[in-house]
Amino acid sequence: MSIRLFVPRDSAALALGADDTAAALAAEAQRRGVDIELVRNGSRGLFWLEPLAEVQTARGRVAYGPVEADDVAELFDALIQGAEHPLGHGLTEEIPYLKNQERLTFARVGITDPLSLADYQAHEGFAGLKRALSMDSAAIVQEVLDSGLRGRGGAAFPTGIKWRTVAQAEAAQKYVVCNADEGDSGTYSDRMVMEDDPFMLIEGMTIAGIAVGATQGYIYVRSEYPHSFDVLNQAIRLAEDAGFLGENILASGKRFQLEVRKAAGAYVCGEETAMLESIEGKRGVVRAKPPLPALSGLFGQPTVINNVISLASVPVILARGAAFYANYGMGRSKGTLPFQLAGNLKYGGLVEKAFGLTLRELLQNFGGGSASGRPIRAVQVGGPLGAYLPESQFDTPLDYEAFAALGAVVGHGGIVAFDDTVDMAEQARYAMEFCAIESCGKCTPCRIGSTRGVEVIQRIQKDEKRPQQIGLLRDLCDTMLHGSLCAMGGMTPYPVLSALNHFPEDFGGAGE
Amino acid sequence: MTTEQDLAQASLQAILQTHQNQPGALLPILHDVQDALGFIPDWAVADIAKALNQSRAEVHGVITFYHHFRTTPPAQHTLQICQAEACQARGSRELTAHAEQVLGCSLHGQSADQRIGLEPVYCLGLCSTGPNIQLNDKMVSRVDAAKLDRLLASVKEAQ
Ligand SMILES: Cc1cc2nc3c(=O)[nH]c(=O)nc-3n(C[C@H](O)[C@H](O)[C@H](O)COP(=O)(O)O)c2cc1C
Ligand code: SF4
Ligand code: FES
Ligand code: FES
Repeated sequence: MSIRLFVPRDSAALALGADDTAAALAAEAQRRGVDIELVRNGSRGLFWLEPLAEVQTARGRVAYGPVEADDVAELFDALIQGAEHPLGHGLTEEIPYLKNQERLTFARVGITDPLSLADYQAHEGFAGLKRALSMDSAAIVQEVLDSGLRGRGGAAFPTGIKWRTVAQAEAAQKYVVCNADEGDSGTYSDRMVMEDDPFMLIEGMTIAGIAVGATQGYIYVRSEYPHSFDVLNQAIRLAEDAGFLGENILASGKRFQLEVRKAAGAYVCGEETAMLESIEGKRGVVRAKPPLPALSGLFGQPTVINNVISLASVPVILARGAAFYANYGMGRSKGTLPFQLAGNLKYGGLVEKAFGLTLRELLQNFGGGSASGRPIRAVQVGGPLGAYLPESQFDTPLDYEAFAALGAVVGHGGIVAFDDTVDMAEQARYAMEFCAIESCGKCTPCRIGSTRGVEVIQRIQKDEKRPQQIGLLRDLCDTMLHGSLCAMGGMTPYPVLSALNHFPEDFGGAGE
Repeated sequence: MTTEQDLAQASLQAILQTHQNQPGALLPILHDVQDALGFIPDWAVADIAKALNQSRAEVHGVITFYHHFRTTPPAQHTLQICQAEACQARGSRELTAHAEQVLGCSLHGQSADQRIGLEPVYCLGLCSTGPNIQLNDKMVSRVDAAKLDRLLASVKEAQ
């Protein structure tokens, strides 16, 4: 019998040489006449260990990492027996980083071959879809409502309410649009779903389509994710051929079709109405609301727009029931969130946990402190429009309301740590510059305010009339907060003001 | 005799044909054109506009809105360095300064021999293992100055 080895095909593993590792393993096996089966699985999300090679043993899968191509010849004997080795980590599932997670949405990620329908079904795949097909539309929507699922793209709006609005709208054509623009620095959970468990997203979107009466779906994928684009297209074809998608889903008479659209490098197209414009073939300029996209969205038709993780959470909710999901979490933040530990952390990776653990637990217990060994000074949570948190706020629980109370956001769950070499005035300047680069240009506070913001912060950095400039910066932030049409201009003040308020010493000591 | 322009024209017509009945076809068309030709030439804009029943100004407006689309030929090789926060926290500013120095150009510029274009990118989704770069089609993580020099040398040798 051949020995089963696993080397991930996730982009993060590839960028660390996983293809070379896989090729070296295949060559070494051939040289020694050892019969192996090499599975290209998804990533477990323990990125400091990538490329992470695994071997199937009678006890379970055993992990080795990071395994570079140069390590293979020397490692090979131990690897194929699952024996001890300096690069070894024992049973994968027993690695504390993984064992201490609550993987509901990411349950299969890293375990299966992303494009194997057999693997997917052997791990509860399509159980949610099958159950949904036995329910009426209103009951599916109710299940999602009861689960407490809130949008994982940033705004945390209850998914079930959005679906109900679209379900109740009358129209010949409705759409489901998946927002896979994932532009936030420090985030990659959408990417991992698309590359490492694409059938889960397809299943979630199909359930959404059945629930609201939409027959066409689009997945809007950022152009920086070429692997996601390819894997999704392959997965869609496989799902169609097997009858899980298309004209007659599992012989139910129900229809749902999917098309993947490639974005073109504009952060603002992650804003849902700019995304609709982009799919329609226009410049990604934000639309004024109302009308709500739920009533008049893509091509003017009722449209469900959800983030990848929101949609990918739906299969497990349908398969295990709303109560199962709602039992995780705290307060009004139900279920789990795949947090993404990024930036200057020793152990960066994907950590799916129920809401409610503290930021410090994530940074220390999982992240292991900074990668540089220096103290962590600031942490930006929730992407480029999220606030910077100082050490004094690290005990805040990860909960939408607790973060909102601090003037911060959980957003898409990106956690970016900086050590004490960070210059917070420079981070504030960058936030304004990013807004100036990415503004869609529709409203003045955002378009002009961000450019002015860069200039003002530069003057503060050069100590030109500092107190006046800081006053000006605050006024500017106030105008942007209150006068912007969307969160691009409306939230850029979050990182800027949090930097200024919590780290005044970096601005010449003139904070509040 | 077929010129390069004829070939490009033929591939544009094939692309327009493929997307004939697709709702909201402009971005897919622009992607295909740029993938085939390396950029979106001026002469193609007129044909694209005509096929979609839009004005040239409208199509041009879309092309210029998106950072990904370019209207001039790229350098032989493109080096993108991630400028976003998670990579900043791991040394991307220093890496960018190094690249600017060895290539002799700043972001959005080209090396003195015009063989390498240096571009910013805002997150490649590899944020735990930065600094991250993309060199042509290949993404590479944990790039320091020495690794970048090796990567640049390898593409220069390739031709
Ligand atoms: C500037 C800007 C960028 C955004 N980028 C994204 C994104 O990349 N992905 C995403 O899902 N939502 C993004 N959003 C939020 C979307 O507008 C929208 O709230 C979300 O897609 C809704 O899906 P959800 O309810 O499942 O979260 C962005 C919003 C703004 C203002
Ligand atoms: S706030 Fe900025 S990005 Fe949003 S609509 Fe206004 S100009 Fe466009
Ligand atoms: S021209 Fe697009 S990034 Fe420089
Ligand atoms: S911030 Fe550089 S890859 Fe995400």
